Amino acid sequence: MKKGNSADTLYKAFIYVVLITLAVVIIVPVAWVFLASIKQNSEFYGNPWTLPASLYWQNFVDAWTAAKMGSYMLNSVIVTVLSLVILLVVALPAAYCLSRFRFRGGRFLNTAFMAGLFINVNYIVVPIFLMLRDWDSWMNYLFRLNNVFMNNLVTLSVVYAATALPFTIYLLSGYFATLPHDFEEAAYIDGAGYGAAMVRVIFPMAQPSILTIILFNFLSFWNEYIISMTLMNSATGQKTLPVGLLNLMQASQSAAQYGRLYAGLVLVMLPTLILYMCVQKKLTQGMTVGGLKG
Amino acid sequence: MRSPGRSRFIALCVAPATILFFIFMVMPTFNVFRMSLFERGAYSPTETFVGLNNFKVLFKDTKFITSMQNTILLIVTVTIITFFFAIVFAAILTREKIKGQNFFRIIFYIPNILSVVVIAGIFSAIYKPENGMLNSILSLFAGRDIMILWKDQPMVIVSVIIAMVWQAIGYYMVMYMASMSAVPVDLYESASLDGAGRLNQFFEITLPLIWTNIRTTLTFFIISTINMAFLFVKAMVAKGMADVGLSFMYAQKDEGLYGYAMAAGVIIFLFSFTLSAVVNHATKRETLQM
Repeated sequence: MKKGNSADTLYKAFIYVVLITLAVVIIVPVAWVFLASIKQNSEFYGNPWTLPASLYWQNFVDAWTAAKMGSYMLNSVIVTVLSLVILLVVALPAAYCLSRFRFRGGRFLNTAFMAGLFINVNYIVVPIFLMLRDWDSWMNYLFRLNNVFMNNLVTLSVVYAATALPFTIYLLSGYFATLPHDFEEAAYIDGAGYGAAMVRVIFPMAQPSILTIILFNFLSFWNEYIISMTLMNSATGQKTLPVGLLNLMQASQSAAQYGRLYAGLVLVMLPTLILYMCVQKKLTQGMTVGGLKG
Repeated sequence: MRSPGRSRFIALCVAPATILFFIFMVMPTFNVFRMSLFERGAYSPTETFVGLNNFKVLFKDTKFITSMQNTILLIVTVTIITFFFAIVFAAILTREKIKGQNFFRIIFYIPNILSVVVIAGIFSAIYKPENGMLNSILSLFAGRDIMILWKDQPMVIVSVIIAMVWQAIGYYMVMYMASMSAVPVDLYESASLDGAGRLNQFFEITLPLIWTNIRTTLTFFIISTINMAFLFVKAMVAKGMADVGLSFMYAQKDEGLYGYAMAAGVIIFLFSFTLSAVVNHATKRETLQM
């Protein structure tokens, strides 16, 4: 055992070096963007490792107003909140019934939603786009209305919620199925109807699962950009934050306005980073709840 | 308890989800397959049936073939590199007594919560040819100025691989950590009494016992690399420079070639499905009970 000790220390030291290297590789680029967001434009032509000469907050003002990140942020908040509300209102009762009642077609629906887990949004974004555009041309033909479905934050939220349904229902059903039926029986004896038993007795118990769902879907809705880019395709119209950032990236590369680009990056990632710091435990645990346990 | 109230309640609960699911997922999926057999005007919704013609053109399209080659290259490299790092770091963080274990887990998972657009922005700062982070570090080690054009040919696909690995390591690490922590500790104890070293323990105990989990993640790797490659290429690579399958499909949509785009979608889908099935079959082992 004695001989093993010095080899052990060496091994331990090696492990720490490796771990710290990876941590540095992840932290430094992110931290660099934070520092770069308060640098003046002239500072981007020298050594990239210098600290900011002063706190140049003007970048954030530019990003917020001139690059319209402020209004994009508002759009993103609206879309994210609205999609989460729609998703919960639609998915909670459905998951409850699908997992706790036996009814005609129930098994078929369960299988259908399970199969939905394998449909990826990237494949179906083009048909969704065409469908909404066709609906729009009908609206135009019938009522002379433009952009009823396309370039509409509400439609975008509905699409987000709909495409998140299979995963959400799968996760919630898994939880609901574990609860004993005594809970509702007791509520029915107390005179509660089906709806009251579900809302007052079962939903409060599902709070941890609901929180996990909100967390995961918040991140995916906030960060999503393909659907948003496709369905909000008017050049002058409203955009969500990631799409706005993508445009800003292309614009600042050619105009060499790096400061506001990095300020824009900070604006997009700050909310998710803050949320992550608050709930990181829940998030990394919730991931394994998602049915991926070996 | 079979009252009309019960049926009404169930119908009310299930209908909204079913309708949304049908309109925005089932119908579009069906349409992907249907439209691949049609040609559709760029601005008018008139469709003409063309049979398998879209597919015939597709298999002769060198751009599509290149994009599929890129997809395969990314699947193979990203999977191997990410898998190696994720499983090694997961083993270290679960098996060794490390100070700040939690800290490392939190840090490694950060890239996973960032939008791909944000990651593309971060990496544009890393890859900047003059005074970018990567080239300045390489220059420091080389002792002379290094000016690699990371976002140009031929390095562009390497730069995508690096960014994708950077993003994925933490996610898979957390996944492996979860299944590794379920391996009973006394197995390791008795193994080390028998004189088995760390490496032996890893190959004889850890790997076999989490094999089911590894198989699941391999399918994950295939499906998610196909999707993530699209998100990364779309956000960080100049249009058309290094297309992957799905970004080729999206480019056809931008051109107004909807039927053609959907034919590409069908092929990519069948490809991912077949590859997952093959990998799943090839990695089949007898499951060990813990």
